[in-house]
Amino acid sequence: MPNRRIRARASLRVAVLAAAVAVLGGAAPAPDKTDPLADQKAFQASFGERFPQVPFADFANGPYAVSAPMRKQWEDIMQFPPYDFALDEGKTAFETPFANGKSYADCFANKGIGVRQDFPYFDTKTGEVATLDGTINRCREANGEKPLPYQVGLMASITAYMAETSRDKPFDIKIPDDPRARAAYEDGKEYFYTRRGQLNFSCASCHVGAAGQRLRGDILAPAIGILAAFPIYRSDWGSMGTIDRRFTSCSAQMRSEPLPPQDKSYRDLEYFLSYMSNGVPISGPGTRP
Amino acid sequence: MTKAVTRAIFHGGIAAVLLALLGTASVQVFAQGTAPSAGQAVAFDRTKGNCLACHTMRGSDVPSNVGPELNDMKARFPDRADLIAILQNEEARNPQTIMPSFGRNLILDHQEIEQIVDFLYSL
Ligand code: HEC
Ligand code: HEC
Repeated sequence: MPNRRIRARASLRVAVLAAAVAVLGGAAPAPDKTDPLADQKAFQASFGERFPQVPFADFANGPYAVSAPMRKQWEDIMQFPPYDFALDEGKTAFETPFANGKSYADCFANKGIGVRQDFPYFDTKTGEVATLDGTINRCREANGEKPLPYQVGLMASITAYMAETSRDKPFDIKIPDDPRARAAYEDGKEYFYTRRGQLNFSCASCHVGAAGQRLRGDILAPAIGILAAFPIYRSDWGSMGTIDRRFTSCSAQMRSEPLPPQDKSYRDLEYFLSYMSNGVPISGPGTRP
Repeated sequence: MTKAVTRAIFHGGIAAVLLALLGTASVQVFAQGTAPSAGQAVAFDRTKGNCLACHTMRGSDVPSNVGPELNDMKARFPDRADLIAILQNEEARNPQTIMPSFGRNLILDHQEIEQIVDFLYSL
């Protein structure tokens, strides 16, 4: 009930803003045609201005890019990376054939080695965004295996291994000239900026507006490059977690109802965030306090 | 970071000493309104104010700086109504703020907001 009121007010605010932008006119791009590339340029430039001391590629390192004390802690942890066990488990799983003799390598370009930076992509066959995690499960199902749970466990281990083979390759997300791809991008963008829940936070409240600031013990990661390190080992969790785990836990933190893993909106959100991060190198798997 | 913590601990120390010095007088003050400790409990409760997520203040265990440090509140906000308004709906003052509109969004009720303001005035 109060939520609806808030949403109405928020959309009113958006309308007022839109009107203001329209009045200002001039420099603003045509309002009826979205321009993802212009969005990306503006997004990257704004983080560059906010954090002039951070080299662009370093946004792959989340909170460590913007906090020297955290970075020091990180360098200590990395003497014995806590995700090593997951890498071993993931590599073994990746290389073990399915019961039918096929393997993950058969489902990916370049046999799945060094491809993390191309995900998520817009699949023109299904008309939807395909994530790395979703593609792993589709591969399993196509070969008669049960899908894996999305947030923890083997899914995190396999994506950890696949990320590791892709380290330093820059995000290279494409938005094909297809209205459905544009719509998916727009949906992800809207999800990112919409305030929701009783606390009326948007993802941007914390990862754009307050990026680099301290929220209790945490330094809020800047939104640019925010998925480059996934999956991550978080000491707070005591285990590995995938992008779905992070999305659902941030949704809960916002006191809004988390969506099911791989929900269309979460996939579109991943598409938007990854596209905004084009050029930032893959750094996963990562480790966080 | 450690500076803020030591400062907070230091403030805490002073307050404890002051309380001890004030002795019975403070009990009378508390008895009139709501006890500041009730306000602190609501302010620190993660399911209520959760103020420490964003603000450093006396009693913080870890420093946060999403919002400004809360100290010296009587000097900075002599008008009680201003603090009530901030807690009721900070978005009215700053539409872009990340600070939740505690009253408007029914996160805190009127009495809890009054209790927190009592607590803020002890900072
Ligand atoms: C109330 C603040 C808050 C909101 C709102 C919020 N987050 Fe977060 N987020 C955090 C905190 C705290 C962390 C852990 C510290 C960090 O790494 O940024 C985090 C971490 C993350 C990370 C991992 C960053 C890393 O480098 O490990 C991602 C990805 C993320 N959030 C995405 C989102 C998305 C998407 C939304 C919206 C659905 C969202 N967050 C909303 C507070 C928030
Ligand atoms: C999610 C973050 C967040 C939370 C939680 C939060 N605040 Fe704030 N608060 C802010 C920010 C940011 C500001 C700076 C002003 C603005 O953004 O409008 C602020 C400003 C204030 C101010 C004005 C301070 C000044 O010097 O101008 C007061 C007083 C205040 N907060 C009290 C509280 C209290 C009490 C609580 C808990 C009941 C609380 N806040 C919870 C983020 C937060």
